Amino acid sequence: MSQLSPVTLPTPEVNSGGKRAESVAAAEPAPPSEIRKFLQTRSTSRLADGSFRGLMLLAAFSLFVIIALIVWMLVVNSKLSIHAFGWHFFTGRQWDPVGGSFGALPFIYGTVVSSLLAVAIAVPLSLCVAIFVLDICPQPLRGPIAFLTELLAAIPSVVYGLWAVFVLVPIVRDNVGPVLEKSFGWTGFFAEPNFGVGMLTASVVLAIMIFPVICSISRDVMRAVPIHQREAALALGATRWEMIRIGVLRNARLGIVGAVILGLGRALGETMAVTMVIGNHPDIVKNLFNPAYTLASVIANEFTEATGDLYLSALIEIGLVLFVVTIVVNAIARLLVWAVTRGDSTRAA
Amino acid sequence: MISALPERGARVEQLIKLRRSAANHFVTLLAVVSTVIVLAPLIAILGYLIYKGGSSLNLAFFTHVPAPVGQPGGGMANAIVGSGVILGIASAIGVPLGIAAGVYLAEYGRGGVLGSAVRFTADVLNGVPSIVMGIAAYGLIVLKQHHFSALAGGVALAIMMVPTITRTTEEMLATVPHALREAALGLGIPRWRTILSVSLRTATPGIITGCMLAFARVAGETAPLLFTAFGNQFWSFNVNQPIAALPLQIFVYAVSPYDEWHRLAWAGALVLIALIMVSVTLVRLYASRGEIKGGH
Repeated sequence: MSQLSPVTLPTPEVNSGGKRAESVAAAEPAPPSEIRKFLQTRSTSRLADGSFRGLMLLAAFSLFVIIALIVWMLVVNSKLSIHAFGWHFFTGRQWDPVGGSFGALPFIYGTVVSSLLAVAIAVPLSLCVAIFVLDICPQPLRGPIAFLTELLAAIPSVVYGLWAVFVLVPIVRDNVGPVLEKSFGWTGFFAEPNFGVGMLTASVVLAIMIFPVICSISRDVMRAVPIHQREAALALGATRWEMIRIGVLRNARLGIVGAVILGLGRALGETMAVTMVIGNHPDIVKNLFNPAYTLASVIANEFTEATGDLYLSALIEIGLVLFVVTIVVNAIARLLVWAVTRGDSTRAA
Repeated sequence: MISALPERGARVEQLIKLRRSAANHFVTLLAVVSTVIVLAPLIAILGYLIYKGGSSLNLAFFTHVPAPVGQPGGGMANAIVGSGVILGIASAIGVPLGIAAGVYLAEYGRGGVLGSAVRFTADVLNGVPSIVMGIAAYGLIVLKQHHFSALAGGVALAIMMVPTITRTTEEMLATVPHALREAALGLGIPRWRTILSVSLRTATPGIITGCMLAFARVAGETAPLLFTAFGNQFWSFNVNQPIAALPLQIFVYAVSPYDEWHRLAWAGALVLIALIMVSVTLVRLYASRGEIKGGH
């Protein structure tokens, strides 16, 4: 009450006059109180409120501005290459900075194959871990495992690359490679020579890096499935796996697909770790031991060395391709995840 | 004949039960095994970092600039400071912008079309590859200035911080009970003051955590710095000049053919992760001291 008094002080006589009239007309919708009227007419407050709101709005708009600037910058600076090559940019296999001929097909191939392979490795593992943490794992282990998964997401890309160069590459070259070659060599996917750096190693590193994304989002999506679904399945005599399959996975499938696509988006744009282990050679071959090249790594490797406007413009066009592809992939994924978790707060968690 | 049928039925039923329970145990086993498989590389990475990095750390690492090729010794003192400068610029731009956009979303943009559009843009921006952010900063700043600079690196990292901070700020503000806002407004406090002193104040620990997550994410970024901050073998404090950064230095040393540089790369990686974790923990500890518990 005492805090109110300084506010009411400037208008005592108006207040006392209006009090009785208000109590008589109690049934009517109450008119705005004098305090409120007083506050609303104070121009300083109104000005401050308006400008504060405007400032916040400006900040919110800056997100649109950032996206617009990125697009504008990418398009303007890649104009030269777009005009010179048109659609042939995406079908050309030749990347020849000296001869001034640029085709991005080997890089597109490298990015798509390494990302899809990484997703193929990471998805089953992530789903198993998500199921383990949600429904199988004993309560005291839940926190530590969630913490470790988060830690995996916090390790910088360049550190993954460093580890892969000195630990994973020798393992793939000396231990895993020969075994794969012996048992699956006939498929043509695993043929010598195997230097350790190449598509396979890059995909394994990517899989490790996108695992936390897929795992944590699919866990959130599974948690958003109403608890009645689980209870109903259990009440019908389902085993735990049947409960998960019928009650959880089936209901959460849309969101899980979203999580997977989100992981794919992350893999498509990943740069440093891939650049360090993929071998950086623009080839299109079936052999997974063979070095390859991705969109992101060609930018990382050649951008500062690009001599000539056309060369730089071609590299920026590769950036534009990467941008458009990841935007589309992410937009689809976000929509799918939203569709599932939208009503999260109203559901029993 | 009649007595044989139920017996057979019982046997089939038993088989089905056995199959179901086998499937259940198999999946349980699979989940346990894959958790172990996934956590193995994490432990391997951390173990290697501590083993390799710890054995190559010394005082010179923190006090010396990189030695020329072929000479032993040298450190990454300039890269540590350079990373600090770049991250300082990034935070100075990214944190206020991100928080303000988050405030708009939570306090003004609820349920509106504009709010949804901003939210969606933030989510999509979050997925843009970091190397593309590097190209954007290159085009917007390096091309205009005609040389690489710490400022360009800072801007590239700042635009990566904004979407994360925006979304966490919004989420944290959404958890502030409405009763607190109503109480403040009821006391005649203007709306802007209510947001600053009540909503934001209550949500501060969560917002700081969000900022630190964004900070940790960009602190290890290398790709956007390749052609913005560019790297530097010497001391530099000028924001308009190329500057060294710890992740850049690790990358250059890791792909080099020299054993001495590999050693330094491991030490650098250990220091990078340690610095990220220490700064995140410190800020979170500091933030939790003044925590205000919202009444629910």
